[in-house]
Amino acid sequence: MSVIPAPFSYHRPKSIAEATALLAEHNDEARILAGGQSLIPMMKFRLAAPEHLVDVGAIAELKGIQRVGDALVIGAMTTQHELQLSKTATDAAPILKEASLLIADPQVRYMGTLGGNVANGDPGNDMPAVMMCLDAAYRIMGAAGPRTVKARDFYEGTYATALATGEILTAIEIPVPPAGHGYAYEKLKRKIGDYATAAAGVVLTTRGGRIATCAIALSNLADKAVLATDAAATLIGTALEKPALDKAIAAARAIMSPAADTRGTTEYRTAVGGVMVERALRRALARAKG
Amino acid sequence: MNIAVPTREQREAKLEGMGCKRKRVEDIRFTQGKGNYVDDVKLPGMLFGDFVRSQYAHARVKKIDDSKALKVPGVLAVITAETLKTVNLAWMPTLAGDVQMVLADGKVLFQNQEIAFVVAVDRYAAADGVEAVEVEYEDLPVLVDAFKALAPDAPLLREDIKDKMTGAHGPRRHHNHIFEWSMGDKDLTDAAFAKAEVTTKDVISYHRTHPSPLETCQCVASFDKIKGELTVWGTFQAPHVIRTVASLLSKIPEHKIHVIAPDIGGGFGNKVGAYPGYICAIVASIVTGKPVKWVEDRIENLTATSFARDYHMTTEIAATKDGKVTALRVHVLADHGAFDACADPSKWPAGFFNICTGSYDFPVAHLVVDGIYTNKAPGGVAYRCSFRVTEAAYCIERAMDIMAQKLGMDAAEFRLKNFVRREQFPYHSALGWEYDSGDYHTAMNKAMEAVGYKQLRAEQAEKRAAFKRGETREIMGIGISFFTEIVGAGPSRNCDILGVAMFDSCEIRVHPTGAAIARMGTKSQGQGHETTYAQIIATEIGIPADDIMVEEGNTDTAPYGLGTYGSRSTPVAGAAIAMAARKIKAKAQMIAAYMLEVHEADLEWDIDGFRVKGLPEKSKTMKELAWAAYNSPPPGLEPGLEAVSYYDPPNMTYPFGAYFCVMDIDVDTGVYKIRRFYALDDCGTRINPMIIEGQVHGGLTEAFAIAMGQEIRYDEIGNVVNGSFMDFFIPTAVETPKWETDYTVTPSPHHPIGAKGVGESPNVGGVPCFSNAVNDAFAFLGTRHIQMPHDYWRIWEVAKGLGLHG
Ligand SMILES: Cc1cc2nc3c(=O)[nH]c(=O)nc-3n(C[C@H](O)[C@H](O)[C@H](O)COP(=O)(O)OP(=O)(O)OC[C@H]3O[C@@H](n4cnc5c(N)ncnc54)[C@H](O)[C@@H]3O)c2cc1C
Repeated sequence: MSVIPAPFSYHRPKSIAEATALLAEHNDEARILAGGQSLIPMMKFRLAAPEHLVDVGAIAELKGIQRVGDALVIGAMTTQHELQLSKTATDAAPILKEASLLIADPQVRYMGTLGGNVANGDPGNDMPAVMMCLDAAYRIMGAAGPRTVKARDFYEGTYATALATGEILTAIEIPVPPAGHGYAYEKLKRKIGDYATAAAGVVLTTRGGRIATCAIALSNLADKAVLATDAAATLIGTALEKPALDKAIAAARAIMSPAADTRGTTEYRTAVGGVMVERALRRALARAKG
Repeated sequence: MNIAVPTREQREAKLEGMGCKRKRVEDIRFTQGKGNYVDDVKLPGMLFGDFVRSQYAHARVKKIDDSKALKVPGVLAVITAETLKTVNLAWMPTLAGDVQMVLADGKVLFQNQEIAFVVAVDRYAAADGVEAVEVEYEDLPVLVDAFKALAPDAPLLREDIKDKMTGAHGPRRHHNHIFEWSMGDKDLTDAAFAKAEVTTKDVISYHRTHPSPLETCQCVASFDKIKGELTVWGTFQAPHVIRTVASLLSKIPEHKIHVIAPDIGGGFGNKVGAYPGYICAIVASIVTGKPVKWVEDRIENLTATSFARDYHMTTEIAATKDGKVTALRVHVLADHGAFDACADPSKWPAGFFNICTGSYDFPVAHLVVDGIYTNKAPGGVAYRCSFRVTEAAYCIERAMDIMAQKLGMDAAEFRLKNFVRREQFPYHSALGWEYDSGDYHTAMNKAMEAVGYKQLRAEQAEKRAAFKRGETREIMGIGISFFTEIVGAGPSRNCDILGVAMFDSCEIRVHPTGAAIARMGTKSQGQGHETTYAQIIATEIGIPADDIMVEEGNTDTAPYGLGTYGSRSTPVAGAAIAMAARKIKAKAQMIAAYMLEVHEADLEWDIDGFRVKGLPEKSKTMKELAWAAYNSPPPGLEPGLEAVSYYDPPNMTYPFGAYFCVMDIDVDTGVYKIRRFYALDDCGTRINPMIIEGQVHGGLTEAFAIAMGQEIRYDEIGNVVNGSFMDFFIPTAVETPKWETDYTVTPSPHHPIGAKGVGESPNVGGVPCFSNAVNDAFAFLGTRHIQMPHDYWRIWEVAKGLGLHG
């Protein structure tokens, strides 16, 4: 039976232009290879069998983390490990490191990239929800030129995103949240190296101890990462008192539709999804200053 | 002269004999990546084989079209059942007296069953060839639920034996029935139940799981046409048995078959049996004249080679109101999958499950086991366990807790009241065993004191009250297990595998310089035999362990033995080692007497040599005697210093232990935390305390995994839903609790060095301990028995069922 991929050709372009040219040439037969931590397992199971692999690991333009004014710009080929080590990133948006440390295991995080994590389109990925909380935007380059798509508009379904064939996600642009913001990423998983049974991210700000702005996003609780807009709206002006909190959790659960799998039934995953939302909100509020 | 004469302690320490925490010598190569495993074997011209496997759990195979596969560059042959029929190998005998398809013969009976074997120049071509083979199926109704197997209208699985109403273990009463096996006295047991004051009856299931060694099953077969000789390197826990079976099946004379088990990366019972991969690689090598390698991938290992457990045990206990047990009655529905390929001693279709009276003095007991076929992978191996002992321990340890709960008695107190007492050993159990030795009360009391049992119960009472008042969402469980194992199969009067008696063997050669090599019929898969066996010899004949090389796994050089599983290595081969060593010592004594010009009877053993009684300065070390044995033996004595011993044990050994677990459970998520785990083991004489501790850590980690989520689960159409390490629970260091270990020492009276075996105890005793902790946590809310495995979502389901989520 063997976990051995089907035959493929391998390319390693040196620039974005070279990469987009290769992708345009081979079209549907080509696939971008970043850290390979999602794509290679799929190829080994022969769930994916691209004829051309375009490894973007040698493209210097895709690397690096920078603070540009009120934005944090992270190159797509930044690994989770590099992200965790970056003081620039952690100072600007500490939720990035908190969530990153809950992804997979150290081995996977040495290889896996931020760009791959958000471009992959697997609802089990953790970074899409984080990017939705932070209202990040993805910079995209294709044969037709550059464009930008907000994380909140990017996800369409399982492995379905706004990326068109031949396009490369080059960087993630994050508006730096105000100082004193509260944040938390809560993830229930069975063990190190597992995807979420249920996870929720929260970024909020407070005024006088009450919630002024709030974003809640969910991982692995629907066919894609989802923003719990109604739940967040319910909490504005509160300090998580009941019944507002219960209403918010109910609103979050209402948009959850996790598949029954070995992590549990739909009912269980929805129930603990609510628990993750509650715990993330409480931790975020406790951290917020203002 | 200024020579420091070593003290006795220094001489003793230099030996690193029994009782020494000697570092594992094999780790020198393992930790440097210098082990030599089957997949490291690379031969010139070697080909690779890979399987086409069934997508269905039950289907007729209408057609296998290999035409496209044969066009894939590098693919040389596609072997099917039709090919194998020409050499009469489409089916093979199993260790349990059944037959099993090597490759699908007309139908498939479980998902991922082997259908065709593609032989190619490398792994990549083989995988492409597998993909290109087209199989046409016609699906059949699937039987997954064991409880439905014997229904009159249940699907017929085994068409090959549908008219054969007698199997290897007696009559079959249904087309999906394999055997009925019973032990004990039914009438006396029924009578005891009829007049019992208190009884319990519960279906206690031990789910299907898998031994999942890190190295999967694999082999390289190389047939030399000129010499007519077959060499097979393989992951074999029992290499000699493989050689004998290979000879019987292939008709190649046994001396022309060379079976070599190199380093093995874990076995846990998974590598005892013979698998289609071995047969196909051998046939492919005979057909092509080239060496052929077969290496299983993880999914294949989990879904196609031997599973473990899958026992549904209806367990009844009778007791008096004041808590004395009076009878035990157990009925087991044993799900064996599509073929009966259990790896038990041949006369024991349910292994040693009749150890299920455990550590308790049941006056009477009765046991019936019904083996059945389902559309699941065959197996039923002893996953770090001595032939269904783990199932038995789980059954009795759960049932004892349930009875204690019903009686309103403390679970520890109930056990103490019913233990077999020290003065009752050797103890004859109601289900036919003779327990060699034990001191259960001492072990239990020591354990209870160590964990502070009384205080734990007091803390639990407070937490329960707080939970009921709504002050916490956490509940606390205290798990207890007091297990008795039966290991060391076994005495030839009742233990054999396909007629081969289950003795074991050792050959020791002491070289002229006083260094030695020892060869055994067992085979380490990580247990550390190279280290511990040398320690036994060191103590027995006074040669430093570092000067002794232990070699296993090559059937051309090792004496015949039955291999390593069922904790049999120390009880059986360990005894053979001591006996062989003693033969050497006896000859050395004759030589020493001659050299020192005294009578043999005037000599006494002193750590590393013989000395004349009363004249300690007149002595000869073993090193000196070894030189003399070769170069100046006494007149009439033949030169040399070597011995062989084949040991047929008079009885099994019966290790035991007391385990305690403290667990906290969050009822809102089902997430648990193991706060404490204490394991006291009594394995008799302790050869290497460090290795014992390592074995206990490893076994407890597996027990933790099994109890808390590790399973092979099928959906209703027979697909395995968790056939990879993403879903099959293998804990990492992060999830694994911290283990506290402890011991008492009650030597085996019949074993030459008093040792009993320990490798499997922690798996056997650990599973009920974790499960009892979960059950104990919820018991105050009204639960009685919660089925394993206890993964988060199932624990949460229990809380939900109790209405704890508002
Ligand atoms: C054992 C294991 C556990 C895991 N657990 C988690 C977890 O808990 N949480 C989690 O979030 N992830 C988890 N992952 C996935 C991991 O984080 C991957 O690294 C990540 O999903 C993909 O990133 P990558 O760099 O490896 O991308 P790749 O695997 O190389 O690519 C993934 C996909 O994205 C596309 N792609 C990659 N980069 C770009 C780009 N710049 N532009 C356009 N398309 C691109 C590829 O073509 C491919 O389709 C796990 C993986 C493993 C092996």
